[in-house]
Amino acid sequence: MNFDFSDDQKQMRDAARKFLAEQCPPKAVREVLDGKAAYDKKLWQGLAEMGFLGVAIPEEFGGAGAGHLELCVIAEEMGRANAPVPFSSTVYLAAEALLLAGSDAQKRKWLPKIASGEAIGTLALFEGKGNPSSKAIKLQASGGTLSGVKKPVPDGAIADFAVVAARTGSSGRDSDISLFLVDLKAGGVEVKSLTNVDPTRGQAELAFKNAKAEPLGAAGEGWSILTQVLDRAAVLLAFEQVGGSDRALEMGRDYALDRIAFGRPIGSFQAVKHILADMYVSATLARSNCYYGAWALSTNASELPEAAAAARISATQAFQHCSKNNIQVHGGMGFTWEFDCHMYYRRANATALTLGSLSYWEDQLIDRMRKKNAA
Amino acid sequence: MNFDDTPQEAAFRAEAKAWIQANAPKQYEEELRKSSLGRTVLKGANILEVAKAWQKKKADAGWACLHWPKEYGGRGASPIERVIWQQEEGPFGKLSGMFIIGHGMCGPTMMAFAGEEQKRKYLPPLASGEKVWCQLFSEPAGGSDVAGLRTRAEKKGDDWIINGQKIWTSGAHYSDYGILLTRTDPTVPKHKGLTMFFLDMKSPGVEVRPIKQASGQSDFNEVYFTDVKIPDSQRLGAVNDGWNVSLTTLMNERMSIGAGVATGFPELFDFCNSLMLEDGPAIEDRSVRSRLANYAVKASGLRYTSMRAISALSKGERPGPENSIGKLVAGSMVQEVAMYALDLQGAAGVLSGPEDAEVAGKFQAMLLRAPGTRVEGGTDEIMRNIIAERVLGLPGDIRVDKDVPFNQIPTKGRA
Repeated sequence: MNFDFSDDQKQMRDAARKFLAEQCPPKAVREVLDGKAAYDKKLWQGLAEMGFLGVAIPEEFGGAGAGHLELCVIAEEMGRANAPVPFSSTVYLAAEALLLAGSDAQKRKWLPKIASGEAIGTLALFEGKGNPSSKAIKLQASGGTLSGVKKPVPDGAIADFAVVAARTGSSGRDSDISLFLVDLKAGGVEVKSLTNVDPTRGQAELAFKNAKAEPLGAAGEGWSILTQVLDRAAVLLAFEQVGGSDRALEMGRDYALDRIAFGRPIGSFQAVKHILADMYVSATLARSNCYYGAWALSTNASELPEAAAAARISATQAFQHCSKNNIQVHGGMGFTWEFDCHMYYRRANATALTLGSLSYWEDQLIDRMRKKNAA
Repeated sequence: MNFDDTPQEAAFRAEAKAWIQANAPKQYEEELRKSSLGRTVLKGANILEVAKAWQKKKADAGWACLHWPKEYGGRGASPIERVIWQQEEGPFGKLSGMFIIGHGMCGPTMMAFAGEEQKRKYLPPLASGEKVWCQLFSEPAGGSDVAGLRTRAEKKGDDWIINGQKIWTSGAHYSDYGILLTRTDPTVPKHKGLTMFFLDMKSPGVEVRPIKQASGQSDFNEVYFTDVKIPDSQRLGAVNDGWNVSLTTLMNERMSIGAGVATGFPELFDFCNSLMLEDGPAIEDRSVRSRLANYAVKASGLRYTSMRAISALSKGERPGPENSIGKLVAGSMVQEVAMYALDLQGAAGVLSGPEDAEVAGKFQAMLLRAPGTRVEGGTDEIMRNIIAERVLGLPGDIRVDKDVPFNQIPTKGRA
């Protein structure tokens, strides 16, 4: 058994960590947080040059053709650095949808642009409140055009194209849903930026008004493809969450060592030590669940749906737990704008909702475990 | 990243599997499989006898104490082979419970500090289960604070005379030998005046009194020493160096990475799958699903954490303090799972008789045993301290007694 990343994959992680430490310090994250830019364009180009955007995209489509384990280690570092770029929407959602369901022509058109940093993509799924559900999709497809409103759409205001879930039938079943590709720069789509709890990853409303769209994958297969895309993205995003958890834990640990109160480092008080120990425990459990998810993702194992849900839940819990308790360890300083704690707190709570909420994934996990048990 | 054995590991696994298949006491397999924390009972059989017979059979065929050297009754196997064995032994491994302390802690301590002749005399029957050992560390005044112990050892000629009391001694009532930590010099700071011995539990002056636990069972004991004589040849390590000897013992505990720790989750999941609530099956209830999912990811998180540790072992790395999380997480989880399973049973959850309670009272037994799990082998708080100090590098607790001679340390609160 070798339930670990290979030395090459660990080297790639180190390279990504070093690159992001230099190119994405908290100061750079704050440029976006403060609203001075929609995302960090320079960092995005740098990530492209390092080959990180196309790490799991096959070479024939302009990527590095490494694989999903490699993408997992990059994802962890993106989360650790709190990178203010549309990585998850473009790489985990749009690129994965294209890889799973795109025609050769569609892959040739968009994947090289993703890998080179020329195109930002996203997935337009939600229509207001609620979790992923075929019944909640009202946006209509007819005659090669789409009409309806999607929100929130991650990075929707800066995306060049979107994978859009639309209704193509009225049977009341999942097979009513089909996926489409929409070039957002081609007209027919009104884009509005929405404020959200984590400004370093934007959210938007996209209003489609007879917007031209081309089918992605077979008609009626949309929901089935989406489920797979969400599972794959759940594993990758979970790695970002684990990276963020670890960083929040480190920040808390470092502060507890430096800050003196009552004549001693606050990290020598059991109450504080035990907060940090519990953060370590939650981050470790999440990391281990993520490793299993990475294995399932990279081998396309039948265990992927269950593994993805477990990774997602565990990592969501860990990141929320670590980021909120990092603030607690910092005391009043942790609640200031000046300290970086809130950036991770924002990211943790925004990420917890982007692929459907925690309770949605809890439901998914139990369904999947029951199916496996019955099988 | 893969779950495959190396060819060498696969060969070992096949050999182990075949031997277990041919030799294990299959008649108890079902009962062992179903037994949960707090209740391993074999109908119509004495579990001590069954366990000893299985251990002897393993020893005779070379499957006992896999990681020990052959000359002391082991197999000289690698840590990863030990894990593979545990995986294959499955429910029969539950029979090894009463040997864990002897094999995991007393044996390695003897190996490190006893004389060669003693090792050859005492270790093989320990490995084969013919002799059972216990570990006499904790005292009323020294649980988590092990070095606060008060049992005295005084030199008299070639012997040591022991007086005092131990507590929480698992299995002392059926143990043949024990390793014993004593105070030999109360005039120096507490860690510097301790000495380790091993002794025959049948020695005159040793009195074992079982403690009735909160669960109603008696796995632990108080052990009283009244002028017990131990020859100096049974001293382990130098006089007043007992603290270092005991650290060797405690470090060896960590090597016991199992294939899985008991969390209660599989039992709870099965229970919720079959339980009918007023509005339908429990597993279809929104709040039940949420609770189950939370426990599920903890249980899987622990399982994969232990797989990561096993992978590290197979690369020759030593297990580190990060492995403390298994007991910390599983301990409180088992307790919560038991409470939740009772809650789902409503008023009838209060019944604990195997005839009247759901699933033969499994969760009620788990509930009553669980508090002990969170205390034995280090409390939750000690586990958190270990993680905070040794993994995260935070400062140790402030110890006001560190440089004070032991006999000047205050002994009463609310002074």
